Amino acid sequence: MLSLDLSFYNWELFTNYILKGLLFSVQLTVIATVGGIVVGTFLALMRLSGRPSLVYPATFYVNTMRSIPLVMVILWFFLLIPMLIGRPIGADLSATITFIAFEAAFFSEIVRAGIQSVPKGQIYAGEALGMTYGQNMRLVVLPQAFRNMIPVFMTQTIILFQDTSLVYAIGAYDLLKGFEIAGKNYGRPIETYILAAATYFIICFSLSKAVRAIQAKVAIIR
Amino acid sequence: MALDLGVFCKSTLDGEVVEHCFSSIFGLGQNADPSYLDWLMKAWGWTLAVAGLGLAIALILGAVMGTLRTLPDNGRLSRVLVRISTAWVELFRNIPVLVQVFLWYHVIPAFIFPLKALPSYWLVSIALGFFTSARIAEQVRAGIQSLPSGQRAAATALGLTTPQTYRYVILPMALRIVIPPLTSESMNVIKNSSVAFAVSVPELTLFAMQAQEETSHGVEIYLAVTALYALSAFAVNRVMALIEKRSRIPGFIAASNDASLAH
Repeated sequence: MLSLDLSFYNWELFTNYILKGLLFSVQLTVIATVGGIVVGTFLALMRLSGRPSLVYPATFYVNTMRSIPLVMVILWFFLLIPMLIGRPIGADLSATITFIAFEAAFFSEIVRAGIQSVPKGQIYAGEALGMTYGQNMRLVVLPQAFRNMIPVFMTQTIILFQDTSLVYAIGAYDLLKGFEIAGKNYGRPIETYILAAATYFIICFSLSKAVRAIQAKVAIIR
Repeated sequence: MALDLGVFCKSTLDGEVVEHCFSSIFGLGQNADPSYLDWLMKAWGWTLAVAGLGLAIALILGAVMGTLRTLPDNGRLSRVLVRISTAWVELFRNIPVLVQVFLWYHVIPAFIFPLKALPSYWLVSIALGFFTSARIAEQVRAGIQSLPSGQRAAATALGLTTPQTYRYVILPMALRIVIPPLTSESMNVIKNSSVAFAVSVPELTLFAMQAQEETSHGVEIYLAVTALYALSAFAVNRVMALIEKRSRIPGFIAASNDASLAH
């Protein structure tokens, strides 16, 4: 039986190896969530606009992103962006762009469902008051839709945080990479993989507990 | 930018064009070098093997764990089972799939020696299967809980035991209801099998990375790999649609949907 020795794991190792990766993973998650929600909202509005010139490109984009493995999307962007702009960009920037583009497709589906969950009477009431489409969306529909969507957004953010570990494919320095390099340098790969799993578990488990608490709070009683 | 699909007919050994594109698979060119197309097809086979095995594990474990989570609170055993299945779901849902693959590949065989004898794609399939089983368990649980409570009460009134209630009343309904969400989880297994690249299973993603580097025809290689992933996921989608159609009880699914809204 193999015994585990965690004594090598101290504050110094944490600040030297793990912290940098953790910060990148969190930063990537936050940027991709905010960017994904903004772009995703526009995609959702395009899909609900009823104009074929907007509906079809948005639908095509969302369906394409949803049918390709994220690892392949990461590789695609890492290959294509330097080809298009003519110079290499770092793995970190490439990962950030990829995650915004990829998550936008998933957030747009959530936003679409959220908008459709707002009763039709609300839209008619806004129109009856003489609101334009933009005013109606901004002041009536989206505030209610976003409130309904908060728990789903947060669940998607937890999945997104887990997915950031896939930047492994292009060698960006994220939380998992931090653990892996620490494990190699200290000659303790088994212990560091266990610590990595524990770290991800603690973060994601507490977040999902928080989602459940918020879910009960924000539910609109009808 | 023009696509150069000729890259697939080149030899993986010296980069020269081979006589027959499918040289080694169909045995057309005896003793010929394998082409990139051969390699692509083999990689596709690995992807399907990893995903297929992972899906089988996920469906079985997910159905069992999802069912256990809904057991009625009528004894010590059922309370323990509910707790175990809840812990199972939380554990495997909250660790990224790539980390789980590393755990199964690097960590667990160090403690459970027989696993060392398994080929690495089995370990990836187990990781993928356990990860997905947590998601499937949640769908199965939701499906069971969407049934009107009268079903369970009626079974109890007829004198059925808990196992009989599940076997004859609840599961036949619930497993049909959950087919649509299981379809998307099954497609996710195909997509998530791409993480196998990280432990050097020679599947599509690893092919994409290596062939891209060797040939510098990344766009063509990635296009082919992406198309095969999409095709595989679509095939899974159609098979599940067929199962859904075959297993449908006329008039029943709509009725149960109404019931789930009412309760």
